[in-house]
Amino acid sequence: MRTLASFALLRESWVGMIGAGIIVFWILVAVFAQLISPFDPLATLQPFAKPGTTYAKGGIFLLGTDHIGRDILSRLIWGSRTVLVYAPLATFTAYVVGILMGLAAGYRRGWVDDVLSRISDIILSFPVLVLYIIIIATIGASGVNIIIAITFASAPGIMRIVRGLVLDLRNRDYVAAAQTRGESAWRIMLVEILPNARGPLIVDACLRMGYVIITIGVLGFLGLGLPPPDPDWGGMINETRQMAMAFPHMALFPCMAISSLILGFNLLADGLREISLRD
Amino acid sequence: MFVLLLKRIAFMVITMIVVSVLLFLLLEISPGSVATKVLGPYSSEEQRNLWLEQHGYFEPIYVRYFSWLGNFVTGDFGESIRFKVPVSEVLWPRLGNTVILGVAVFAVMIPLSLVLGILAGMREGSKLDRTISVTSIITTSVPEFASAVFLSALFVFWLKWLPGTSGMAEGFNLKELVLPVMVLVLYDFGYVARMTRASMVEVMTMPYIRTAVLKGLPYNKVILKHALRNALVAPFTVIMLQINWLLSGVIIVEFFFAYKGFGALLLEASLNQDIFLIEACAMVAVFVAVATQTIADVGYTYLNPRIRFS
Amino acid sequence: MTARRDAPILEIKDLNISYYTRAGEIPAVIDFSLTVNRSETVGLVGESGCGKSTVAWAIMQYMGNNGAIKSGSIKFMGHELNDLSDEELRKLRGSEISMIYQEPFAALNPSLTVASQLMEVPITHEQVSENEAWERCVQMLSDVHLPDQQRIMHAYPHQLSGGQQQRVVIAMALLSNPSLLLLDEPTTALDVTVEAGIVDLVADISKKFGTSQIYISHNLGLILEVCERVFVMYSGEVVEQGSINSVFTWPKHPYTQGLFGCIPLPTTDKNAAPLRPIRGQLPLPHERPVGCNFGPRCDHFEAGRCDARDVIMEPVVSSDAIGHRVRCLRWNEIDVGVPLAHAKAKPPFEVGERVLEVDHMQKYYEVHDRSIAALISGQSVRFVKANEALDFDARRGETVAIVGESGCGKSTFAKVLMGLECCTAGELRHEGRDIGNIPVHRRSSQQLGSLQMVFQNPSDTLNPSHTVGAQIARAIKKFGIEKEKSKIRDRVLNLLDVVKLPRDFYFRRPRQLSGGQKQRVGIARAFAGNPSLVIADEPVSALDVSVAAAVTELLMDIQREHQTTLLFISHDLGVVRYLADRIVVMYLGQIMERGTTEEIFAPPYHPYTEALLAAVPIADPEIEKREILLEGDLPSALDPPTGCPFVTRCPRKLGKICDQQRPLMQSLPTGHAIACHIPLEELRRIEPVIYVPPESERLHAK
Ligand SMILES: Nc1ncnc2c1ncn2[C@@H]1O[C@H](COP(=O)(O)OP(=O)(O)O)[C@@H](O)[C@H]1O
Ligand code: SF4
Ligand code: SF4
Ligand SMILES: [Mg+2]
Repeated sequence: MRTLASFALLRESWVGMIGAGIIVFWILVAVFAQLISPFDPLATLQPFAKPGTTYAKGGIFLLGTDHIGRDILSRLIWGSRTVLVYAPLATFTAYVVGILMGLAAGYRRGWVDDVLSRISDIILSFPVLVLYIIIIATIGASGVNIIIAITFASAPGIMRIVRGLVLDLRNRDYVAAAQTRGESAWRIMLVEILPNARGPLIVDACLRMGYVIITIGVLGFLGLGLPPPDPDWGGMINETRQMAMAFPHMALFPCMAISSLILGFNLLADGLREISLRD
Repeated sequence: MFVLLLKRIAFMVITMIVVSVLLFLLLEISPGSVATKVLGPYSSEEQRNLWLEQHGYFEPIYVRYFSWLGNFVTGDFGESIRFKVPVSEVLWPRLGNTVILGVAVFAVMIPLSLVLGILAGMREGSKLDRTISVTSIITTSVPEFASAVFLSALFVFWLKWLPGTSGMAEGFNLKELVLPVMVLVLYDFGYVARMTRASMVEVMTMPYIRTAVLKGLPYNKVILKHALRNALVAPFTVIMLQINWLLSGVIIVEFFFAYKGFGALLLEASLNQDIFLIEACAMVAVFVAVATQTIADVGYTYLNPRIRFS
Repeated sequence: MTARRDAPILEIKDLNISYYTRAGEIPAVIDFSLTVNRSETVGLVGESGCGKSTVAWAIMQYMGNNGAIKSGSIKFMGHELNDLSDEELRKLRGSEISMIYQEPFAALNPSLTVASQLMEVPITHEQVSENEAWERCVQMLSDVHLPDQQRIMHAYPHQLSGGQQQRVVIAMALLSNPSLLLLDEPTTALDVTVEAGIVDLVADISKKFGTSQIYISHNLGLILEVCERVFVMYSGEVVEQGSINSVFTWPKHPYTQGLFGCIPLPTTDKNAAPLRPIRGQLPLPHERPVGCNFGPRCDHFEAGRCDARDVIMEPVVSSDAIGHRVRCLRWNEIDVGVPLAHAKAKPPFEVGERVLEVDHMQKYYEVHDRSIAALISGQSVRFVKANEALDFDARRGETVAIVGESGCGKSTFAKVLMGLECCTAGELRHEGRDIGNIPVHRRSSQQLGSLQMVFQNPSDTLNPSHTVGAQIARAIKKFGIEKEKSKIRDRVLNLLDVVKLPRDFYFRRPRQLSGGQKQRVGIARAFAGNPSLVIADEPVSALDVSVAAAVTELLMDIQREHQTTLLFISHDLGVVRYLADRIVVMYLGQIMERGTTEEIFAPPYHPYTEALLAAVPIADPEIEKREILLEGDLPSALDPPTGCPFVTRCPRKLGKICDQQRPLMQSLPTGHAIACHIPLEELRRIEPVIYVPPESERLHAK
């Protein structure tokens, strides 16, 4: 309820509104990909077409084609589905794991906290990308594995945030009141504490979504992303960057697409934070 | 203070050990695949067994681990499968190149982000604040690989001012460093600037700033003496942790611009399953990350009298 | 700046100040006028949000981002402050006008030493050399009675206690000998005995330095102790002003009268002369009524007259009330002699069997010291003795108060009782069963329901994510009182009636409630399981006086009705005297004295009780009080004195024996007990701290 209300308040932050607008735009694109995509994203039609080239068999390559002749616009449109499926899924699983860890560490304290905190310290001491590269290089590149890798690498960070919030909230009188009426620990964590931590967590989730999109893009870019030929923005950049000197449009448009989506989430996060600070 | 230092160093050592165990388990748990990777997929069964025999792979796993660790600590990282030379021969020069890149990035980024962050945070909500904030959101939203594409398109393809690769084929060339540094600074400065701004904004609303103003101190003294000292504690930590992020960025940038650095090496090693090189690179990366984290923690304590004297 | 000697230091005329928020313009201060003469101390009193601080910020010309002075003038020694340039203002601030703040810790910069924060004042304003600045600061620290000035100069704020911090802030304000000192609730964050020291110091300042002062407080008793004239504010306006004597003895405005009716004075009594709470609550600044702001809460409200147009200040025409003015249309029609209708006497009730027995209960917390010194000396584990051998009991229907200053172990006791912590030794029997070592999750639902707690902080006591109804309903269900949904619901509504809240609060969320309403819900929740024992930890100390009185009365009414035993934890002896049957006085985790309320408030006193009694300000000019000032601050509970806990501050210390031996409880047959080495006979000879003149000699309209 109140989460919805805070989204309604977004009207008062133009930064947040722009962010939300960008995200909604891409969601619509992903949902209606079938309808709006001018060509089959996998069909090899006419290699190295510049943006605006007319296709002999009808239609225009608005954003040009890539080195094997696939329409870039269509690939971008279909590629939005990949990002908008994997990024939220990965963020969500990372959050489930991170929240459970954070709740347990912050509420139980003691050895649970020590163990969980040390584990996350160790994971967090890897440079993120090194961690991804090692994980993916070991378990192989696939959609599920990307989600596993992202969860593994992000959950400790989420845990730290949740733990910090819980350490603060657990000292509130209403938690003591719940304890003195004999509520179970998990009920206190999930019903009494977690709902009150949602403000900062929603902001963080938006930011993290941005990072996850970057991560998926980077993995694609480094050739560790989803196996071809499915359209994936990062992969599109990877496949065409060698030709960037001669045909910059091939990599340029996917870069713009991914940056705009990340920007959307970052602006939304900023707007939400501004609102939450206000009252 | 001293205890903290000892504790942090102990934690650093433990982390390194845990990481080494994990890496070892991950990469060397099955000797068969190690031999396959070293000798190639077309080696015969006997060849592999002979190699494993020679390199002590039939010992129990913990014996192998400790001898591996022993070699590692003495600087013997084994032989690179891909480069066919001892790992240390490729590792150190590459690391040197990355240090050059990193220093250049920090030299530009730190002053830029601190100044912008402080200016923005001094007067929350002012035009300057909004401009700086939105700019930094935008720049942090463009991932390194994307800004690398944008900047090369601009400076290499259209303007033709700068070279598109940074292989440094004819020795060190400052021009080749410009684009990699620009890409990294662009992505990283926004984050530090925003953290600095947030810290500054928070400090400026503190009652002790009000006290300083109502004491009749001139405004610049309020900022320089009372606000900055407190506002810069958080960014210090952020900057130290940024080194960890930079290590990720470096992989992408070096890969993109073919810069012969540590990041490109690590990526190459992973893509080629060059296990000894992966081990060495990962350990170095984790060492750098943990060391900077230690410095960040200790420094934070040092900068914060509330913790220092209690 | 120069001015004629007899001219007022400060002259404020028709000041209007607004804040601009998203909700629109909030007029925080309306038509405010005040003059302060040379070396005079003027008090500004009122409940939170009435605009006291805003006036102070306006004098400092520091209105923040969203505040603005809309009209009116503020003249300081003849100069209009509203017209000064930034540079002129800067020269004035900290040198001619200084300010002292509510939270000394927040007001000091945590990362600069005291020396560097003090020295910059003379260096900035008088361009003195470093050495001279140092000398002056050391001198000033000793003027504010801080010992060991060199050490304090080198210290960081967090290394000082609250009282020391406030003295440093005062020293900082006085360094360039200002003509006007603004004190905004300077002692609200401090303990009573520390407060007494600061109040004494503040009173000294104007004598010693001739400084004029504006003293802001919500506490009428404090105002009485330090000020010569007082301005009573309500909802942005001054409603009454005049000399202390005149206003405190013959308050004219119904609000001022109401305030006095809300304060537990030594003359009130919970049965014979209960508090007379003001009904309703403070209006929000943008929801003020037309006409008199106090109208909706006023018992003398006259429709058509009081709500017709804005009420102006009128002088009180009377020979002994010079300068007494009041903002009420009916001030001369109101007869204060007649007790108000709702201040009915309530019947006392019988106490029953023992519900709670505390038997040598002890609670130590382990703390781990990880410094090198501790590691080497092997003392890395130390104990905080939060509760040491507590011994007392409580009977059915009785109110037992536990009194003491911060850190004396009151809340620890509450935690052990509620099962949130286990006691280290001793027993804690509730209805005959030892529960000291039964943690809350092992107590039966019946046990849980029969032992409940009311919490201190209204903003924290309810979970902001759930509705009021859901939170009470959950308690009913958990205690197994009702099972069916509709029955639970009926019971919730019933409890809302009991705490006098409208039934539609069922669906409200806590953020839509005021502090007093939240505390009422907290009380309803505690009484959901028909408890035999309720422990209330400072339940009203965060509320405004007028609201607190109503909540206190409500709590006592419910208790009376349910024959519940109430353990009332408080730092405020005034409240405790009013509502408790028996009192336990604690200091540093130990019981110093226990007995019935009459026994505690009359000799023989424990020396600590005596000091505590003397420290509590009383808002009645006709009551006389002995002055006892305690040296120093509360010792740390980590490192308490070996002998008597009070030895470091005790004005009656005997000598070595107090340092070395823990005094035993000296008990009287009545149950009154005192832990002190001084023999009871000798303590009995001490004269009473408080003298209340007999009713016949009193002028006060009661
Ligand atoms: N910065 C602010 N922005 C908006 N409203 C404020 C601000 N400061 C105070 N107020 C409002 O102005 C009124 C007077 O506040 P204040 O002067 O702080 O009262 P007091 O000191 O008597 O408690 C209150 O209603 C308060 O909510
Ligand atoms: S003007 Fe009327 S409503 Fe206001 S205080 Fe006086 S009698 Fe009460
Ligand atoms: S025992 Fe000594 S120090 Fe303690 S209260 Fe009695 S006289 Fe004071
Ligand atoms: Mg105030």
